[in-house]
Amino acid sequence: MKQILRLRINNQNYEVYAPIHKTLLEILREDLNLTGTKHGCELGECGTCTVLIDGEPVLSCLILPVAVQGRAITTIEGMADGIMPHPLQTAFAELGAAQCGYCTPGMLLTSKALLDQNPQPTRDEIKHALAGNLCRCTGYTKIYEAVEQASKT
Amino acid sequence: MLRLPPFEYLAPKNLADAAQLLAQYGDDAMLVAGGTDLFPNMKRRQMTPKFVIGLNALRELRGIKNENGNVVIGAGTTLTQISQSLNLSALATAAGLVSSPQLRNAGTIGGNLCLDTRCNYYDQTFFWRKAIGFCMKKDGDICLVAPGGNRCWAISSTDCAPVAVALDASVRLVGPKGERVIAAAELYRDDGMDYLTKARDEILTEIILPPADGLRSTYLKLRRRNSIDFPILGVAAAVRVAPNGIVEHARIILGAIASHPVQAIDAEKILIGQRLSDDVIAAAADAAFKPAKPMDNADAAYAWRKKMVRVYVRRALTELKEQN
Repeated sequence: MKQILRLRINNQNYEVYAPIHKTLLEILREDLNLTGTKHGCELGECGTCTVLIDGEPVLSCLILPVAVQGRAITTIEGMADGIMPHPLQTAFAELGAAQCGYCTPGMLLTSKALLDQNPQPTRDEIKHALAGNLCRCTGYTKIYEAVEQASKT
Repeated sequence: MLRLPPFEYLAPKNLADAAQLLAQYGDDAMLVAGGTDLFPNMKRRQMTPKFVIGLNALRELRGIKNENGNVVIGAGTTLTQISQSLNLSALATAAGLVSSPQLRNAGTIGGNLCLDTRCNYYDQTFFWRKAIGFCMKKDGDICLVAPGGNRCWAISSTDCAPVAVALDASVRLVGPKGERVIAAAELYRDDGMDYLTKARDEILTEIILPPADGLRSTYLKLRRRNSIDFPILGVAAAVRVAPNGIVEHARIILGAIASHPVQAIDAEKILIGQRLSDDVIAAAADAAFKPAKPMDNADAAYAWRKKMVRVYVRRALTELKEQN
């Protein structure tokens, strides 16, 4: 069953003709070429495919695009302001808060949602907010430090 | 890629339409709200409905309101929203301990209460299950946990159900023949496959909490990691203590040790009429430990999970003793 999906991603409107059972992750990567969103476990256990819907972090591997039509979807491609990186992206780069980098898009978007709601989080609040994003390089400390640095800029 | 099997998606505009669609398509249809339980299961081919009925557009299923002193929670309210509602006491605690922030932003209270039962031999990909031999819960006819038996031992792994039972909550079920309200405890059945008494054509629409009336409650969750993991033991406890310190009412409900939330009746009886002294708490914890029979089908050694029942019941009751 194919259908036209109307999606608003990074403040841009997209129309996609695709099977209804493709997940948002698959549509982003395979139909819209927005490959910044990574696929990890695809079962909701790793947080790598996190995107923001109306500002809230959710997992694109478990979302049907048909159910989020008309809502504001933000992917990692929409995080920078033109060529200006988001303060979180700058902080992640400056502090080396990425090792292999695979979890980074999800980490950045989840951190952005946190800072948008709570601009000065404590270390504990950062840990709780990022509790659904796994980093298999286990580089968590630098990620927490980068979020703290970004919260001060 | 682990992809969803093809299906047709139906988006009812209101509850009546949803109920009608469910009645029309019967066993070929399944409901989805947040999708955090159903979609992983579908990707593993544990479920392959021809029709998926999406409930997330139904505003009438969302929100928390007060009605005649009761707190009425729409089944489509997200776990994040519940976890931030402090007047829901232990239910907010349990909702806040489900999986991860991303899953709680999508997952709903109704979905968590109806969560599919879980088992190491069942929550695997189709390839894995085929390789080891299918179990009776899906595609096979034996139980790989207890092959000599004739029942399924998949585990009730919802965090919110033990709390809902401990708080004497009820749930509203809407179906083609009308609606009914049943106690949360009666929603569950001791059967890993047929674990809900909700009929397939009924929709769980509300959770109704009676007035707290001084009830103290808590929920403790055991798991390997402090995030993402399902419980391998959940303890929901609630007591009402008279001004003179005597326990008048007690509920201890164990989650994730059986196919349904288990009421530790003997432990409750020990508490009634007593003060929450260390000795009474230890005796109640012991009484809750005895009937708990976790099986070897979840994370961690099952003997250790059983031992932890005593520890967690003691901790929960100690917390209630200090709670005011």
